[in-house]
Amino acid sequence: MLQFIVRRFFQTIPVILGVTLLVFSLIHLIPGDPAQIMAGEAAPEATVEAMRERLGLNDPLHVQYVRYMGNLIQGDLGQSVRSSRSVVEEIQPRIMITIRLAIYGMILSIILGLIAGVVSAVRRYGILDASLMLAALFGFSMPNFWLGLMLIKLMSIDLALLPPSGWGTWQQAILPVITLGTGGAAIIARMTRSSMLDVINQDYIRTARAKGLKERMVIYKHGLKNALIPVVTVVGIEMGMLLSGTVLAETVFAVNGMGRLAIDAIRARDFPLVQGIVLIFALIFVGVNLVVDISYRYLNKRIELN
Amino acid sequence: MQGIKEADSKAVKEASNWNLIYKRLKKNKTALIGGYLILFFIIVAIVGPLLTVHDPLRVDYSTKLLAPSSEFWLGTDHNGRDIFTRLIHGMSITLYIGFLSVLVGGMIGVPMGILSGYYGKLLDTVIMRAVDVLLAFPGILLAIALVSVLGGSINNVIIAVGIFSIPGFARIVRGTTMAVSKLEYIEAVRALGASDLRIIFLHVLPNIVSPIIVQATIRIAIAILIASGLSFLGLGAQPPTPEWGAMLSQGRRYMFDHPHVALFPGLAIVTVVLAFNLFGDGLRDALDPRTKA
Repeated sequence: MLQFIVRRFFQTIPVILGVTLLVFSLIHLIPGDPAQIMAGEAAPEATVEAMRERLGLNDPLHVQYVRYMGNLIQGDLGQSVRSSRSVVEEIQPRIMITIRLAIYGMILSIILGLIAGVVSAVRRYGILDASLMLAALFGFSMPNFWLGLMLIKLMSIDLALLPPSGWGTWQQAILPVITLGTGGAAIIARMTRSSMLDVINQDYIRTARAKGLKERMVIYKHGLKNALIPVVTVVGIEMGMLLSGTVLAETVFAVNGMGRLAIDAIRARDFPLVQGIVLIFALIFVGVNLVVDISYRYLNKRIELN
Repeated sequence: MQGIKEADSKAVKEASNWNLIYKRLKKNKTALIGGYLILFFIIVAIVGPLLTVHDPLRVDYSTKLLAPSSEFWLGTDHNGRDIFTRLIHGMSITLYIGFLSVLVGGMIGVPMGILSGYYGKLLDTVIMRAVDVLLAFPGILLAIALVSVLGGSINNVIIAVGIFSIPGFARIVRGTTMAVSKLEYIEAVRALGASDLRIIFLHVLPNIVSPIIVQATIRIAIAILIASGLSFLGLGAQPPTPEWGAMLSQGRRYMFDHPHVALFPGLAIVTVVLAFNLFGDGLRDALDPRTKA
């Protein structure tokens, strides 16, 4: 197991290198002169040159990348070109909001998804199953930002139950978390259902029933426990959806997180800040996937040993 | 002579395969509904704009923010444009982005997957690491990053969403190519002296077509969702283009008093994405013998 963890850990190193290379290249993918675009189209040549110098764009590419990596290792993501602060200082007060939002969304989608999936599997081909699966199909065919807008209209404007924007109180968290978690819940529900159906047809479930165990016991103790393993893999993909979904959810609900910062930075053509945010998002996601892979392996192994 | 025979028998086999798939699809009600909806949407995209009586772009403040009526079926937006007309004109944009971005992703991802799965070894490692790098960017983020530097336009959305779709194709195709390459008859064809290129095109490719089609269908649904998200953020199609995400982005300021400006573009997105998801699900069931049981 330890060996697996170490190997898996080393496997992420080339991925992280590749990610930094891609993020570094972003600024060079800008059609035209990135310094001109960041300085403003009407900026005089002197300003553009100063911007170029400031971003080190005059050096050859490989020198730029080595410098970028050197700074990165020291935890320096560069300077914002719009504010006087560093990229790290810009991100720091926002990052926990986004992570919290993503985690709450994840919790909601796991709870909702598991309940719906198990109920569907137990009542398979019934009306409840059909309606739950139809709801799930809608759930992941829906753009989350539109769901957010509709929730604001219904819950905040028409019913005046919950605040339409902001972040801080638990009431403010409800709508963004529902917005973010619904798509994930739908996917987990479908995955849980099909995984449960696979498990229910296994011999050991029949044995458990034949032993005279209560149906509830059979479903939850023997069925769900084993059905959960494949579900763990979607949780990793889910987390990616949720993390990046925060960009849209934060925009809809005016939450001052990292996602909204990204959009503001893009609008202000503050590319060093955009690069920093994209990199942080990717690193978080790589970390999440590492944990998911290790726990999947752990769960699988335990089953094998049993 | 031998070559001709080989091709003939393959054609027969393929035809019967398609027949079988069609038969299975016909039994799957949801897939049929999805398929017919997609067909209907394509017709709407082509014929619809010719039949609408209003102008999708012309600003007329005398008719702004009207509720749905017999003249303006789904109401009008803040610029007095008929929302139904704009949705009809937006259909072709949505389908265009969906199909083309997935085509871009497939054209790059499928060869990557085939090379990776067929040749294995170092090439496989290199390609799969590149795919891992693309997958390291969560969800829509890579597309956001690309569009933010390339600039907001429909073509850049297609490029960004296309690149975002590469890993899905590469991984699926790699897996199936690996499985197919290990089959005995591939071994036999190789022993007969067929070149790699011939094996890939005549024997591997026909066998991996169905997972590619399933993947493409599901990917179109995702692509449409992501593209609408980009436009909603102001990074994709720009106003006054009647793109549905852009319509939502503009409509959100007026939706508190006039909910129809945000309700209908969203419903349009849901319906189209739903159709592709239904069809994709059904195709997978029909094409994948494992799930058939």
